[in-house]
Order: sequence, then structure tokens, then C-alpha cells
Amino acid sequence: MANIEKLKKIASQVRRDIVRQTHYAASGHPGGSLGCADYLTALYFEIMTHDPSFNMEGKNEDVFFLSNGHISPLFYSVLAHAGYFDPKELATFRNINSRLQGHPATHEGLPGIRVASGSLGQGISVANGVALAKKLDGEDKHVFVLTGDGELQEGQVWEAIMFAAHHKIDNLIVAVDRNGQQIDGPTKDVMSLGDLRAKWEAFDWEILEMNGNDMEEVVNTLQEAKRKSGNGKPIVILMDTEMGYGVDFMMGSHKWHGVAPNEEQTEIALAQLEETLGDYPYPYEG
Amino acid sequence: MLENIVSTGKKSTRDGFGAGLHAIGQQNDQVVALCADLVGSLKMQAFIKEFPERFFQVGIAEANMMGIAAGLATAGKIPFTGTFANFSTGRVYDQIRQSIAYSHKNVKICASHAGLTLGEDGATHQILEDVGMMKMLPGMTVINPCDYNQTKAATMAIAEHYGPVYLRFGRPGWPVFTPEDYKFEIGKAYQLSEGSDVSIFATGHLVWIAVEAAKELAAEGISCEVINIHTIKPLDEEAVLDSVSKTKCVVTAEEHQMHGGLGDSIAQLLARKLPTPIEMVAVNDSFGESGKPMQLLDKYGLGTSNVVAAVKAAIERK
Repeated sequence: MANIEKLKKIASQVRRDIVRQTHYAASGHPGGSLGCADYLTALYFEIMTHDPSFNMEGKNEDVFFLSNGHISPLFYSVLAHAGYFDPKELATFRNINSRLQGHPATHEGLPGIRVASGSLGQGISVANGVALAKKLDGEDKHVFVLTGDGELQEGQVWEAIMFAAHHKIDNLIVAVDRNGQQIDGPTKDVMSLGDLRAKWEAFDWEILEMNGNDMEEVVNTLQEAKRKSGNGKPIVILMDTEMGYGVDFMMGSHKWHGVAPNEEQTEIALAQLEETLGDYPYPYEG
Repeated sequence: MLENIVSTGKKSTRDGFGAGLHAIGQQNDQVVALCADLVGSLKMQAFIKEFPERFFQVGIAEANMMGIAAGLATAGKIPFTGTFANFSTGRVYDQIRQSIAYSHKNVKICASHAGLTLGEDGATHQILEDVGMMKMLPGMTVINPCDYNQTKAATMAIAEHYGPVYLRFGRPGWPVFTPEDYKFEIGKAYQLSEGSDVSIFATGHLVWIAVEAAKELAAEGISCEVINIHTIKPLDEEAVLDSVSKTKCVVTAEEHQMHGGLGDSIAQLLARKLPTPIEMVAVNDSFGESGKPMQLLDKYGLGTSNVVAAVKAAIERK
């Protein structure tokens, strides 16, 4: 049985980290990061079998790819608390000489990152490759990917979706962050995504839906996804989230996609998020 | 030495790739292959027949193919992607840049039908900018072998080299003159003849053209040092400088745009280390068109007579 309360406490600290990283860097993407905090916390602290000592190949581990790389402050916080590196390093986010680049990269050798992302639409393709390799090697582990909903406007995504169904990549579990927002506004105004369930159904995927900001539902749905794997179809979870979830003035608006909170906003935000695992010190002390 | 360089018959470089892929597939079970609906054109059938479980058809979806290759490499495989040079580079530049080059993935991008000698399909498919695009990517190795034997050897050699590689080859039957037992060394220039009047640095199909030109020039008493630069990046700087310090003038020859090609790399090196008169046989800021390979090489200034004229011009400038 998952300890939902414990996961919620971790997610709360992760959200504090997101607010603080973007505030200190005076840049970054808090909105989508906050919205997906419950999903990624559940993955790394409950769902996946993974080894924080980190090796690139991830043999006999579940592996995760972040396709919408701009929500890096979320990824970094979860990796740090999961033991991939010291949370103190979060204080270097977006700084010169940091391993915590604006968008995730392997180049500086940050443990936990397996491919660069940020230029959108590439994550499901990469995950397809790793999932194929796991099948070739006779592994029973899973490959998870998170993609934004606006990101589905990239054509490559649909190439990857078609490929996964054709090749029966049934150890692949994709989550779509359906927050309905993108930089220029609501997705329905910028470029309508239409009926996503019908689209994925037409590509012959197994489809689940969940409220991505209800920890219990997130854990249950991810476990259900794992149970449904191995049946000849790749799996997608259409995950409804609220951009900025957990910070009232950021919620539900595309305006916090790529804007960092100022000092006063940060103070208000942090007052709404319980400090559960201890804030990392700032500035960075090495 | 020049007179010993003779063609043993014509075979395409893409056939060399197919043979090399099959052979390395037998030696290394981590080698996997992907193709975007051009299995026959890339001559991948022998590999697929023997190793069907290590081959992945991706359909007409090159961007996805590059991402899948990055994923396979992440998990420890050695993926070889196969499609035309045009669709291996320009069409998927951002995918290669982010998921392969920046992420330092051990992917082998194998690109057929490069350059004008693709022939009748015309300029939409005749990419002449690919070497430039690929050599600009940090950490990318760029190789353009000259004949069947060299392409086969190069295909096998890149599997043993860790890191992203762009391997460029072509469509037409082309003279085979590299020894069958030739051992390919990445980044090591291959000297075909010793000469004293001019250094000719050639790559890909144009190596044979350079050899023919050098033979003509020998009859006129001009001594050419012909060097096959199969690896454009990293460039064998020592071989270039050694030769040029002796001959004092240079001709480069390639089936590519002048901007961004081999000539560009050599000119950059010489400008920094050993300023020397240099003439470039390359396509001069132009797209190609439909036609027969040899007609196209002549029309776009890449024929034997163009190399001969370039050599004389370079010597004149000493």
C-alpha cells in the first residue's frame, strides 16, 4: 500500500523547491513544474524500480524521460530528493558552471538525466528506443515519458505514437500533462488539440485518464498502467493537471508558464507550501 | 604509385555500406539498424535477413527514427540509421542536435544518395550541404568514403568507435580502387600518391576524379600528391600540413557546396597554420538538377578537367 500522506509531503517540498529555484534564478518555468509535481513524485518514490547511483543504460531499471524539458526544476528536485545528487545543488539552477541547465542535459553529467530535452516533441521517440532495447534484452521493466499537451502539436510526436503501436511497444507508459495551457495562451485558442482520447484510440493505444493533482488517484492509475502493460499495446495516461497547482495565484493561467516569482510572490507562495524535508540552503555553498 | 591505382570494376558505395553493416552485424550483437522506408536503396537486406529482430522499420518518419536511435544508444545498443543524406541531415537537424550530438549518443547516421551523383531525381534529393551541417555539430565525426571497399571498411570501423558519426555515401556504380583488405582508420588521411607540385585533398566520389586528373597531369610533367580525406572531421591536420609544406599549393575536391565542405575545413586550417594558395573544386552556391551522374559532375564543375584546371591555377599562384 502506498503511503499517500508521505508522497504528498514529498510533493510539497518539491513544490517549494520549484518556487525557490525559479525565484533565485529569476527565470525558469514554475507553472507546468508545479502542475506535474504529484505525478513525478509518485513515479520516483512509489512506482519505479530505479537506482539513484545511476548508470546511463538503466539496465533492469524502470526509466523515465522528460519530453517537456522546460519543467526541469521539478525534475531536478525529484531527482535530488530521490538520491541522485545532493539537494544543495538545486541552488545552482540555471547558473553559470552548473550541472542544472535551464533544460535537462547529459552534457554536464548530472545523474538521472539520460537525454537532453527542451526542443519539444522528441521524448516519446527516445523512449521508444529504450523500450525496444529492453525488449531485445528480455527485460520486464518499464519506460515512462511525460509530455506536455501543447507539445502534441509537434508532428514528430505522432510519428512516435504510430511507431509504438505498430511495433507493440507495450512496456511504454506515456503521460500527457493536459493542463490546457501553452505559452501564448489556452491550447484551445492557440492550436486546438481536439479529442485527445479519440486520437490516441485511433492510434490503437491503451488509454487511461486521471486527475494529476490527486496523489491517490495518480498512484492508483500508474499502478493500473503497469498492470495493463505487456498486452501488445503502448499505454497513455491523459493526466488533467492545473498549471501552477499548489500556489493559488499561479493556478490555471498560462501567464506562469515561463515567469519566475519575485520576492514578494515567492513569500506568498512558500506560505502555501509546507516545508517537509528541509529547504536547501541558498546561496550555494559547495 | 599513381599508375598502380586502377579500378577493378564499378560498385556503389551504398553497396559497400550494406556489406559492411551485414559483416559488423555478425561480429557485434549490439549493432542494430533502423530504416525509414528505404531498405532496398540502402542495401540493408542482408543484415535484415540474418538479424530480423535487430532491425526496426520506422516508415517515412525520419525525425522519430533519430529519436529512437538515441534511445537505443542510451540503452547500450549501437544503432545505424539508414535513409537518404537529405533526410538524414536537413530534415532532422534538430533531432540530431539535441537527442544525439548534445546528448553524446553512440548513433551512426548512415546517409546514402548524397550529392549530385544521385542523378535523375534532381535537386530535391541531391543534398550538397550535409557535410557542412554535420561538421558544425560539436563532437560529430564526419566520414565520406570514396569507393565500395572503403565504405564497407568505414561502416565496420564506426561500430567500434564510441560517439555520434555521420557516414555519407552515394548511389551510382563507381570505380573500386581501394584494396579489398583495406583497414579503415577514422581520422587518418589515406595517401594515394606522392607528388611535389601540388597537394590534392579529395573526399568521396571525387577521389577517383582526382586520381584521373593526377594521371593526366603526370603526362604533362606535373607531380600531384593525391590524398584521400575520408574523415572530414576530425581532420588529419598533420597529414595536410606535412603535404602542403612540401608542395606549397593545394586543390580540394568534393561533391558538396564550397561553403561548409572539405575545402572550407582545409582552408581554415591553412589560414591558421600555413597560409597557402588553395583552389576548390566544389559546387559554387547552387542547387543541382536532374541528369546522369557524369553529366552533372561536368555541368557543376566537378569533372576531371575542372580538377586539372584547378591544379594549374593553384601552381600558378605559388
